[in-house]
Amino acid sequence: MSEQQGHVLRLAGLRKSYNVGLPNETEVLHGLDLIVEREDFAALIGPSGSGKSTLLNLIGLLDQPSAGELYLLGEPTSTMDDAERTRLRGESIGFVFQFHHLVQAFTALDNVLMPLMLRYGRPDRASIDKARALLAAMGLEKYAQTRPNQLSGGQQQRVAIARALVTEPALLLADEPTGNLDTHTAADVFELMRRFGREVGCAVLLVTHDPRLSAACDRTIDLVDGRIVSDTGADAVPSMSA
Amino acid sequence: MRTCFSRLWTAWLLALQFLRDGRGQTVTIMVGVAVGVAVVVFVSALIQGLQANIIQRTLGTQAHIRVMPPDELNHLQPVAAGALQLVWEDKRAQRRRSINNWQQVVATLDALQSVQALSPVITGPAFAGRGAALESVALTGIDLRRYQRIIPLSDYIVAGSARLEPGEAMIGSELATTLGLRVGDKLRLDTGRQNPTVVNVVAIFELGVRELDARNVYLGLKQAQALLGLPGGVTQLDLVVEDIFAADVIARRIARLTGLEAESWMEKNSQLMNALSAQSLSTNMIIVFVSLSVAFGIASVLSVSVVQRTREIGILRAMGAGRQQILHVFLIQGALYGLVGALIGIAGAFVLVWVFNTFGPGLFYIPVANTLVLFALVLATLVGVLAAAVPSRRAAMLDPVVAIRYV
Repeated sequence: MSEQQGHVLRLAGLRKSYNVGLPNETEVLHGLDLIVEREDFAALIGPSGSGKSTLLNLIGLLDQPSAGELYLLGEPTSTMDDAERTRLRGESIGFVFQFHHLVQAFTALDNVLMPLMLRYGRPDRASIDKARALLAAMGLEKYAQTRPNQLSGGQQQRVAIARALVTEPALLLADEPTGNLDTHTAADVFELMRRFGREVGCAVLLVTHDPRLSAACDRTIDLVDGRIVSDTGADAVPSMSA
Repeated sequence: MRTCFSRLWTAWLLALQFLRDGRGQTVTIMVGVAVGVAVVVFVSALIQGLQANIIQRTLGTQAHIRVMPPDELNHLQPVAAGALQLVWEDKRAQRRRSINNWQQVVATLDALQSVQALSPVITGPAFAGRGAALESVALTGIDLRRYQRIIPLSDYIVAGSARLEPGEAMIGSELATTLGLRVGDKLRLDTGRQNPTVVNVVAIFELGVRELDARNVYLGLKQAQALLGLPGGVTQLDLVVEDIFAADVIARRIARLTGLEAESWMEKNSQLMNALSAQSLSTNMIIVFVSLSVAFGIASVLSVSVVQRTREIGILRAMGAGRQQILHVFLIQGALYGLVGALIGIAGAFVLVWVFNTFGPGLFYIPVANTLVLFALVLATLVGVLAAAVPSRRAAMLDPVVAIRYV
C-alpha cells in the first residue's frame, strides 16, 4: 500500500486547536499541507511557539488533529481509535526525544529491544542480535548491560536512536535530538541519524533550533505561527501529487 | 491469542523491573501486606483451633443428632362444620415408649450418605444402690460396638475395660466415688418395675462432664430393655454425621423422612452456637478491615508509583505500548504486592502459631489448615488486583503527549 502511494506521510489541511469550545480556544496549526518521502532527511524549523512540537505529536500519532487528515503510509488516521493508532505508531514510527527518554529500570540493550518486546513479547535470538548490532553500530557494544543513568548524554541519545531504528520504521521523528548535547557530540549524533536513516531506509523528520543542523539537512521546512512559510522540498510536491 | 500472551509477557517484565527498580517501596508495602496477612492467618487459625476444641469437647460426650419418638398428643374428635367446640384438655403424661419399627428406621438412616454412624439406645430412670446408699441414675442400654462410634467410651475408661456382657455395667467416676464402687464390685439397680437387679461394675469412665459422670450407667441393650419394661424396644437413636455444622439440616430431613422427632446438637447447645457464630463474626470483621487497610496501602503506593513513572509510561506509549499493556503492568504489580506479601505473611503466621503451640498456655493446639493458607493467598492477591484497579486505570488513560513532557 505504502509503495503504491509513494510517500510516507501526507498532511491535508491539518488543523489543531486547543481548548475547543471554550472562550480561550486557540488554533495552533492552520491547515497544513505537507508530503514527506521515504528518502527525505528534513529539518523542521521555526521559532518557539510556532507549533513544531504540536505538529510532531500529531505526526507521531500521539495526538489527534482537530480537522484535516493525516495519511501515514497511505492510511488515513483521523478516524482511528487509540488501539489502531498505537499499532500503527509501533509499526511505522520511531521516536528520538530531546531528553534521551530511556526507561531507567532497563539496561541499554533492553531499552533498544523494548519496542519489539511491546509488540511481540519475549525477544527471540534474531531480535537480540539485531539490537546488539545496532548498539555496536552506535559504538556502544560495551554498554549493552549498562543502565541509562551510567551513560553520558551522547551515549544515551545514541541508545535512543538505536531504539527508534530497531523496528525499521518508515518514519523517524526526532524532537531536538541534540538540544542538550555539546557541539561535538551533537554532530556525532546527527551523523548517526543521517547514516542509519539512509541504511534502514526511513524518512527522518527532525525538529531543531540549530541553524547548522538544519543547513546540513536535505530539506528544510519552516513553520511560523502554525503555517509553513517555506519548504525547500516543496518544488517536489506538485510533480509527485500530479 | 499468541500476541495476547506475548504482550502479557512484556507487561510482566515491565512490572517486575519496576518492582525491582523501586525496591524500597516494594519491600515496604510487601512487609505491610505481610503483617496484615500474618494477623489474618494467625487469628483465623487461633479461632478455628479454639472452636474446634470447644466443639470437640462438647461433641465428645454427645451424639450429633438424637432421634426420638414424637410426643403423644390428645386426638380430638373432628366436629361438623359450623359447630362450635369447647375443649378442656389435660396434657398427656409422656410415658417411655419405644420407637415404632425401629429396626427399619435404623436400616433407612444407615443408608443415608450424610450419616456416619448410628446407635440404637434405650434410656430410663433408675436408682443405683450399694448397701444403704442410694443414687438416682440414668440407665442407658447400648450395643457397645455400635455406640463406640458415637461416643468412644473406651477413650474415657479410667479403670477396668470396656465390655458389656449381660449382668455387667459401666459407671461414671462420680457415681463410683459416691457409692464407693471399684471395678469388680456389685451394684444394685432398681427401676421400680420389678425386683432390683444386681450387676457387676466392669469399668469406670470419666467423660469430664460432672453431670454425666454422676448419672450415666451403661448396660447391655437387652438387659436395659428388660429392666425398663420395654422388651425389644429402643427409646432413641444416636447419630453421628460427617459435617457437624449440617447437623440441623440433616436432623430436619430425618424428621421429615421418618415422622420422628430429631434434635441436633446445635439446637441442644444453642447458646454455644451463638457464642461460636459471634466469634466467627468478629474474625470475619478482622479479615475485612485488615483487607481494607492492605488495599488502601497498595493503592496509595501504586498511585505514587504511577506519578513517578508518568514519563516512562509516556515513552512506552510512544514506543507502541497499548493502554491495555500499561493497565496490565500496574495490575500485575498490585497482584504481586498481594501474593508475595501473603507468602511472607503466611510464613510469619506459621512462626506465630509455632510459638503459641510451643510456649503458649497449652490449653489447646492450633492447626493451620491448608484451605486457610490458600484462602489467604487468593484473598491477598485479589485485594492487590482490586486495589491496583484505580491507579492502573489512571496510568492507562494518561495522555502520552502530556506524559512524555512530565518532569
